[in-house]
Amino acid sequence: MLGVVRQKMLGQSFPKIRPAVSVLRSYSSAAKQMTVREALNSALDEEMSADPKVFLMGEEVGEYQGAYKISKGLLEKYGPERVRDTPITEAVFAGIGVGTAYYGLKPVVEFMTFNFSMQAIDHIINSAAKSNYMSAGQMSVPIVFRGPNGAAAGVGAQHSQCYAAWYASCPGLKVLTPYSSEDARGMLKAAIRDPDPVVFLENELLYGEPFPVSDEVLDSSFCLPIGKAKIERVGRDVTITAFSKMVGHALKAAEILEKDGIDAEVINLRSIRPLDRSAINASVRKTNRLITVEEGFPQHGVGAEICASVVEESFAYLDAPVERIAGADIPMPYAANLERMAVPQVEDIVRAAKRACYRSVPLAAAA
Amino acid sequence: MALSQLLSSSSRSGNRLKSLSSAISLRHPISTDTTPITVETSVPFTSHQCEVPSRTVQTNAKELLTFFRDMALMRRMEIAADSLYKAKLIRGFCHLYDGQEAVAVGMEAAITKKDSIITAYRDHCTFIARGGTLLEVFAELMGRQAGCSRGKGGSMHFYKKDSNFYGGHGIVGAQVPLGCGLAFAQKYCKDEAVTFALYGDGAANQGQLFEALNISALWDLPAILVCENNHYGMGTAEWRAAKSPAYYKRGDYVPGLKVDGMDVLAVKQACTFAKEHALKNGPIILEMDTYRYHGHSMSDPGSTYRTRDEITGVRQERDPVERIRKLILSHDLATEKELKDTEKEVRKEVDDAIAQAKENPVPDSSELFTNVYAKGLGVESFGADRKEVRATLP
Repeated sequence: MLGVVRQKMLGQSFPKIRPAVSVLRSYSSAAKQMTVREALNSALDEEMSADPKVFLMGEEVGEYQGAYKISKGLLEKYGPERVRDTPITEAVFAGIGVGTAYYGLKPVVEFMTFNFSMQAIDHIINSAAKSNYMSAGQMSVPIVFRGPNGAAAGVGAQHSQCYAAWYASCPGLKVLTPYSSEDARGMLKAAIRDPDPVVFLENELLYGEPFPVSDEVLDSSFCLPIGKAKIERVGRDVTITAFSKMVGHALKAAEILEKDGIDAEVINLRSIRPLDRSAINASVRKTNRLITVEEGFPQHGVGAEICASVVEESFAYLDAPVERIAGADIPMPYAANLERMAVPQVEDIVRAAKRACYRSVPLAAAA
Repeated sequence: MALSQLLSSSSRSGNRLKSLSSAISLRHPISTDTTPITVETSVPFTSHQCEVPSRTVQTNAKELLTFFRDMALMRRMEIAADSLYKAKLIRGFCHLYDGQEAVAVGMEAAITKKDSIITAYRDHCTFIARGGTLLEVFAELMGRQAGCSRGKGGSMHFYKKDSNFYGGHGIVGAQVPLGCGLAFAQKYCKDEAVTFALYGDGAANQGQLFEALNISALWDLPAILVCENNHYGMGTAEWRAAKSPAYYKRGDYVPGLKVDGMDVLAVKQACTFAKEHALKNGPIILEMDTYRYHGHSMSDPGSTYRTRDEITGVRQERDPVERIRKLILSHDLATEKELKDTEKEVRKEVDDAIAQAKENPVPDSSELFTNVYAKGLGVESFGADRKEVRATLP
């Protein structure tokens, strides 16, 4: 739905510009709508069909059809050997997954949310991420750890954390954060085909959201390159980087900013590790201003790394301090009014962009 | 007493016994009579590596009527929470306990507030049993200031430290090592108290449970691990998750007891036994055979992985509230009308608490930054826009 609005806007206001920086081929006009859920389901289905070594393991992925229905229909199609319901024991099934990957299988391990991945984090980091290095290339680990990440709605402190920064700080891992259905399909396929451990961070609130998908995206060979960001909206005045659900917020902020004469460029990071530093820096060198947006905690977050990268590579190009919009620096509260204050809102992004463009009122309480 | 020996726990009608008892005229004022009554539990206990407690239980009218009232209150509370969730006044996760009330009530009757309880996310009734109020429950569920966690925790995070109730935990299995820690501290402080760490059949397969059993046994901790076996871990039946669903035997070298968790008197007896055991001999497992009528949470219909016949069957044959009602009626401790009046009272209490909670305000914005630390050190914390919203941590 949002994608359709964006496309209309592009058609009317920017007739010469095409949003195709990192994707190799140009798209035919979008005809079909697909939800992120359908995109993930179809990607899993196609990859399992193409390669018998691919199998899915996790809680409620089989008979329950998936806690969020991402694996709907797969048990029926591929059988219990390849779609494995596990007990509630993340440590062991993550470890088993890595073990099968050592042996040459291609497991897709689902965490019902990434909060529960903390029970298995030793296997993700020590057994998966570091093995190829420690064995000088003998033990590659073609595993995908996937599941919803970040805040949902009213699920409280233990069920709302974003793990992008933690996993992305670890060498040996690839960390992907799809936004649209096209992202979901192309990146999950790429992740499953990739020989290295991939942490695939989805978002529960995006599962039901529909996006337009072209015929090319629907093709079973469709794949997106890992490590490349996508310019969702080309602009001149300020760069806004975002990933996952925040891309939607950034695009809405860009629409609002446009009315105030600020032309924002929105980058959908897609890949947190490797981070597409060249795309980010190229954009900042063009706009001279940067807002980083993320849902997770601010300290040592994704925005901090992006800011460091830009200061290191493009310092002379910055006309304003880098602005960081992130989740509040507190455990996630339950009450709706507090939760709203703890998660970035569109108006936060707008406000920061105006500050970077020196369009807002002076800061009141700087002292 | 000849009368009590006639009693069994199954669905035998009270009529025959009622006519006998009215002849003997055992009517007493409600809820003050402590004349001992002897009752047998529904089934005998089964044990692993320990002796079996007697299935003959001493109770009295006051206790039975209190059990009835407490369980009816919990039942009504959970059903009301269901409606509030559907009306979108409760958000996020909501895991309901209706069907399992006997475990919370029976356990509380066997212990004191000096003993500790810790459980997972299906915690509303355990909180009430530990002395929490209905207002605190509903206000918390609706994210209001009067909630037990001032609206900041939500359904899965109820606590009542002054009654030694330690929550309220969202990560499956995590509460068990925490409970062993409570037991460790009780022993360390020589408090002569025990900890009940509750978990489900889904959590029973967690590795950290086995680590907890090993270390509790090694260090002789007064820890009682209580498996509330409602036979389903979310949508997965126990036989699909566990090679051996005899959870009371999982301790191997740690003794265990299997208990009918729908029989509040059996639960009380088992917990009394377990407390005595734990204080002398270290850890013990109690497996409570129980059942939840609702699905895993309000997002789960609860009917895709079990039949409606099974659910109604349990309701008819084993409902804990009905069991006590039949016991009370067959012993002529109250009339049907008196029990129905109790249910009406309880319903009104719940409705009043809900009305009060609805009027209660949401937390103040400043609460965003309170309680991050116990001691803030003057550190700054930030909102989503760090230049717009910032605060010094108190």
